[in-house]
Amino acid sequence: MTRGQRLLAGALAAAVLAGLIVAPLSLGRYGLYVLSLWAVMSIAAIGLNLTLGYAGQVSLAQGAFVGIGAYAAAILTTHGYPLALAVVAALTLSFVVGWLLGYPALRVQHHYLAFVTLAFSTLAFLVFRNEEWLTGGIYGISGVPRPSLFGLSTAKPLPFYYLCLFALGVVTIAFWGLVRSPWGRAFMALRENPLRAASLGVDTRRYTLMAFAIGSALGGLAGSFYAPLAQFVDPTPFTLAMSLNLLMMVVVGGSGFFFGPYFGAMVAVLLPEWLRFAEGYYLILYAILVMLLLVYSPSGALGILDRYLRRRDARIASALRAAAGVGLPDELVQ
Amino acid sequence: MTRVLEVSGLRKRFGGIAAVDGVSFHVDEGEILGIIGPNGCGKSTTFNCILGQLAPTEGEVRLDGRVVTNMRPAELNRLGVSRTFQLLQVFPQLSVRENLILAGQEHKGTMLSRLIGPADAGLGAAAERMIGFFQLGHLTETPAGELSYGQQKLLDAAMAFMAGPRLVLLDEPAGGVNPTMLSTLKERLRAINRQQGATFIVIEHNMEFVMSLCSRMLVMAEGKVLAEGVPDAIRANPVVIEAYLGH
Repeated sequence: MTRGQRLLAGALAAAVLAGLIVAPLSLGRYGLYVLSLWAVMSIAAIGLNLTLGYAGQVSLAQGAFVGIGAYAAAILTTHGYPLALAVVAALTLSFVVGWLLGYPALRVQHHYLAFVTLAFSTLAFLVFRNEEWLTGGIYGISGVPRPSLFGLSTAKPLPFYYLCLFALGVVTIAFWGLVRSPWGRAFMALRENPLRAASLGVDTRRYTLMAFAIGSALGGLAGSFYAPLAQFVDPTPFTLAMSLNLLMMVVVGGSGFFFGPYFGAMVAVLLPEWLRFAEGYYLILYAILVMLLLVYSPSGALGILDRYLRRRDARIASALRAAAGVGLPDELVQ
Repeated sequence: MTRVLEVSGLRKRFGGIAAVDGVSFHVDEGEILGIIGPNGCGKSTTFNCILGQLAPTEGEVRLDGRVVTNMRPAELNRLGVSRTFQLLQVFPQLSVRENLILAGQEHKGTMLSRLIGPADAGLGAAAERMIGFFQLGHLTETPAGELSYGQQKLLDAAMAFMAGPRLVLLDEPAGGVNPTMLSTLKERLRAINRQQGATFIVIEHNMEFVMSLCSRMLVMAEGKVLAEGVPDAIRANPVVIEAYLGH
């Protein structure tokens, strides 16, 4: 990336951040709820993007991890524990369970792995619904409090939105560091060619488990903010439908692209709201738009941008070679 | 001379078929051993058994005197054993530079230091040197998937040397490479062998390439070792001529 491109990217990021801080000031209660939900679902989708997009491990269980995190937060905060502790508990629990769920991935891949994770998703839902002593069963847990931070209450929608946005910001920075680190490179190697990765000393077992554990932990983290956002937790949102919705966010945004989940979550959470002008037809319109996007660009929305940038770079490189009057050495062109 | 690799009585059966049938050989430090033989004679299966990608039915593999039979490929690599594959195995979406850094990063530090340390794992300069050494300088940031076949072969070979391995197993490095680039590859392999004292085992069908590169040859047929010796002796061996080289 050239200095100019870096400046442009920095200016764009600052503008988006300013928009996310300023725009909600004019929104009502429902608008703030939807925007907070976008931030929370983006965190969960970032986690799935690591497991699926970067490391290539199919998972249909991300919704279950959001549920695990939500219940952990709801149970702890309704018993008087602070949200910070609940967040740590949700992260830890989801990390450990995600690590264990990674073991089948060491033996099965692709759609077989999808079925294993689907079974886990169903199992988690049954626990949420049937273990009434812990989860409240079908009645759920109500009155999940929103925290006070440094004496400032986040009970109102706007402060809680900023808390969710802050959490998304922290996750974004941490995830940026992760995917740029040697770990990120090893995850991509796992996705592209595990056989070759192993022959280069990459411990494919450990990285596979890590991809599941970290991705699941982010799902749990999202859940620990979902509970105080909705202020009520019951099993209904954490069915397979949520996992499929999160999968759609990753795929529509662009699997394996850093900003894919943000865009995907926007499509899944905000687009249906924007399409409400179509009244009863809004879900049909939404489904058609998503299908058209994926037909046009199977690599998701950011895949379109990526293709454009690659073509542009290739054109520039070709023009530079032509201007310099040199081609590639003959022996290198086959 | 130090014995780097010793293979004894290696056997690999797939059902009723013995793909490798009691193969024994050794490689000494700094040696380039060539393995030749007709298609299906068990050369690549022997490689895969040595490297832990297939579990041998019988036999033993020793690296520097230590038994490494059935050791996982990643562990073997960390002990200094590297390889290239018969079919190209680069990471197409990573750039040339990223491919090379990846090839060496797991040999640097711990899991934790690789998470919180520098993005290039301290291998940026080494990757640049390797890029220059294999004459890929103009392609540093190009995704490996966009390189020509020959360029990918060079990258594949370069990746095998990123971690400064003690033993490198090259599976048909000359396959599909044009003559000019082939001489570059041969010259680079010789230079690494000379400068770093690296030990090679090379599977190859290109007789001119392998005979001029290797100091000793092993000929396989039907899963067994047919003959062993210096290239000139192999070229003149009537059994080898009959079974493989032809008149």
